[in-house]
Amino acid sequence: MFGDFDAVLLARIQFAFTMSFHIIFPAFSIGLASYLAVLEALWLWTGQDRYLNLFKYWLKIFAIAFAMGVVSGIVMSYQFGTNWSVFSDKAGPVVGPLMAYEVLTAFFLEAGFLGVMLFGMNRVGKGLHMLATGLVATGTFISAFWILSVNSWMQTPTGHGVNDQGQFVPLDWWAIVFNPSFPYRLVHMVLAAYLTTALVVGAAGAFHLLRGRASQEARTMFSMAMWMLICVAPVQILAGDLHGINTLEHQPPKVMAMEGHFQSHPNGAPLILFGLPDQAAATVRYALEIPKLSSLILKHDLNAPLAGLDTVPRENWPPVPIVFWSFRIMVGLGLLMLALGAVGLVARWRGGLYKWRPLHVFALLMGPAGFVAVLAGWVTTEVGRQPFTVYGLLRTADSVSPLAAPAVGASLVAFAVIYLFVFAAGMFYILRLMSHAPHPGERGPEQGQPVRTAGITPAPAVAAGANP
Amino acid sequence: MSGLDIPAIWAFVIAFAVFAYVVMDGFDLGVALLFPFCSERHDRDVMMNSVAPVWDGNETWLVLGGGGLFAAFPLAYGIVMPALYAPLIAMLLGLVLRGVAFEFRWRTERWKPVWDIAFTGGSLVAALAQGIALGALLQGIRVEGRAYAGGWWDWLSPFSLLTGAAVVIGYGLLGATWLVMKTSGDLQLRALRLARPLAALTLAAIVAVSLATPFLEGKYWQRWFEMPGILVAAPVPLALAGTALLLFRSLADAHDYKPFLLSLVLFGLCFVGLGISIWPDIVPGRVTIHQAAAPESSQIFALVGVLILVPIIIAYTAYAYWVFRGKVDPDAGYH
Ligand code: HDD
Ligand code: HEM
Ligand code: HEM
Repeated sequence: MFGDFDAVLLARIQFAFTMSFHIIFPAFSIGLASYLAVLEALWLWTGQDRYLNLFKYWLKIFAIAFAMGVVSGIVMSYQFGTNWSVFSDKAGPVVGPLMAYEVLTAFFLEAGFLGVMLFGMNRVGKGLHMLATGLVATGTFISAFWILSVNSWMQTPTGHGVNDQGQFVPLDWWAIVFNPSFPYRLVHMVLAAYLTTALVVGAAGAFHLLRGRASQEARTMFSMAMWMLICVAPVQILAGDLHGINTLEHQPPKVMAMEGHFQSHPNGAPLILFGLPDQAAATVRYALEIPKLSSLILKHDLNAPLAGLDTVPRENWPPVPIVFWSFRIMVGLGLLMLALGAVGLVARWRGGLYKWRPLHVFALLMGPAGFVAVLAGWVTTEVGRQPFTVYGLLRTADSVSPLAAPAVGASLVAFAVIYLFVFAAGMFYILRLMSHAPHPGERGPEQGQPVRTAGITPAPAVAAGANP
Repeated sequence: MSGLDIPAIWAFVIAFAVFAYVVMDGFDLGVALLFPFCSERHDRDVMMNSVAPVWDGNETWLVLGGGGLFAAFPLAYGIVMPALYAPLIAMLLGLVLRGVAFEFRWRTERWKPVWDIAFTGGSLVAALAQGIALGALLQGIRVEGRAYAGGWWDWLSPFSLLTGAAVVIGYGLLGATWLVMKTSGDLQLRALRLARPLAALTLAAIVAVSLATPFLEGKYWQRWFEMPGILVAAPVPLALAGTALLLFRSLADAHDYKPFLLSLVLFGLCFVGLGISIWPDIVPGRVTIHQAAAPESSQIFALVGVLILVPIIIAYTAYAYWVFRGKVDPDAGYH
């Protein structure tokens, strides 16, 4: 059945599928964990019930998203070995220790305090519970730190040598961890997670406002989300711009693909807004372009020369159309997020934040935009670095495990079936939770979960909805 | 750093992580395996609650085992993972299903039975696959150069099926004795009644695997039945017999926590026995820990983190267990 596909292609599809599935949940849970920490802190600080109610409301959703992130992440940590064993052997000495640090500093921290965060409200004091929430949020951030360092090293490898078995050998750990693209990627991804979460929270708030359920909680979360958007979206666009300039320095073919620059432009390159890249003919058909703007963005100079893919050997070209389009999707959505934030700001100023229906409809429609942008961003990054896994040093085709195509094909089908089943159910439960408006006396996830132990003095109980 | 045998230290670290995983997720998976024997919904709620706050931390030891192997012995990681491709993928998918069941089960009434099946079925597949992977490793895999050279059905053999069944039974015992410790009343009695035959079956499985192993490879035989290996090896079966005796006695006395602790000891002894068979190989019979070792700079860099962080991790994991200590309140969720 899979005879026509080679194992490399199947392994790539499998990696892309499982990875894309995984990243959806961290993107949401990194942001949501921080949001929960903010809500709990606001509750402790102001004593207002609405923050506790929102905390409990989003905690239930967090529990589901986090569980899906964990199980899909465990798959990822084994995929390197199962599908990319040659890569693992060669790059393991460099990326393995970084991933071990991720387990040691992040995963255990999250997992250790997740139980307390979810089920421990009535068992530990408020201060300790706040600490647990904070530690889970910190854990998600540390996780992003390490895995993005790994990925960035694969994009812009530094600080290593090569031994006689062909393995990459670490020479300077500082240079490896803080490789040239890492700071940009870390900032960009963490901001992406915050935006993603703000968009989801805002969409849920807008939904209840549209339905006429303008409880204090629904207003609060809509307002918080709009603040977040208008503060973070501009910063994200700036970060993305700097990220692109950095990429131009270290992985120029990727930027050429993003921009659709098949030809070199010795005096000022145009910005191609849209068009149909044709890789075989090495041209962009029906291009709609603005002269010299690309040089202005990338070089801050209208007439700066920009090299094109014609300076790169063809066997080192990434698949241009995919990169071209995924990049435009991400940037387009980023601009829409900024627009939403701006409309929200105007509405707030004019006193219409909770009244303007078009604003609420806009916010509702933008609910999934963060996820799409994150996926599009990763596709740009990963497809743009092809045909290498370790940029310029190890080709994707030379990284793959010695596996039979039917084995990879069968497992790919199994992944697709089970993931789609689990994903559909998870989405359904999350959406159903969000379709109920948050209300006073909101219950946390402890319903039907362990609460108090017989025979043990109860720790200072935090009664639901009680004023401190 | 030449005086220290860093790869050997790493081998112990990974062995520790794997052992921690096996016993800790072992009882989580075991509890799920016992669902079919406890059909009442309320009992199932309590059973799941007894592990819900800790399962994620328990499973993280598996990630440390795999991640540690990747970091310290990338060659072994690159050989073993493709060799065990099918059982590993099955294990991962099983863990996906049982992991989401922890959350999904509470979010629906109508589909509760579906997530019960996912919980038990996923756990069963994961446990079986882990046992099969162990057997496949012990029976030897084909290696050429720096890569796995066998086919993708090589893992399947009567021996690997035997180890698969053994692990399922052993996890069942861990789950049952965990429930004896964490629950009260009717459910505790039921767990006790399950634990007794499971203890006997576990013992039988240990004996069967132990008898079969020495015939797989000449080396295992030497270790166990010839001088000087026998001097190291002989105390293990004796200690095992003693532990089994105490376990049966504690089960007969319906003791609260002793059966669980003794089951842990039982697992520990099996683990030591395994170590005796394969040391100093990391891919049994093919690659030693020194051949597979990552460059020293990699091993040292990661080891510093392990030595500093693992004690801290153990401390806060212990705290998390402490927060949820004692019996699970059977009325939780009905208030
Ligand atoms: C909410 C999500 C989001 C938004 C609104 C944006 N991005 Fe982004 N982008 C990502 C989410 C993302 C990402 C998922 O985080 C990526 C993938 C890998 C990475 O490091 O970040 C990414 C990658 C990425 C790259 C590839 C860098 C490389 O891999 O070498 C560039 C050049 C940009 N982005 C630039 C931008 C620009 C100019 C934006 C302006 C609107 C923008 N991004 C908005
Ligand atoms: C190749 C890439 C990746 C691998 C191998 C990987 C591995 C893992 C593993 C094993 C877990 C489960 C940990 C547990 O048991 O608690 C996990 C969860 C997580 N990962 Fe990843 N991961 C990858 C990419 C990413 C990226 C890009 C991010 C974000 C920037 C990320 C952020 C997280 C977070 C926040 C969690 C916690 C669970 C959750 O919130 O969903 N991971 N990952
Ligand atoms: C250490 C981390 C990572 C490693 C070792 C890694 C490695 C790879 C490899 C080997 C491929 C297949 C090559 C290909 O066919 O494109 C790939 C593709 C891909 N990866 Fe990563 N990756 C990592 C992190 C990530 C992360 C964190 C994401 C986040 C979502 C991601 C998203 C993708 C996507 C979307 C593709 C598809 C590209 C394609 O189909 O060509 N990767 N990656």
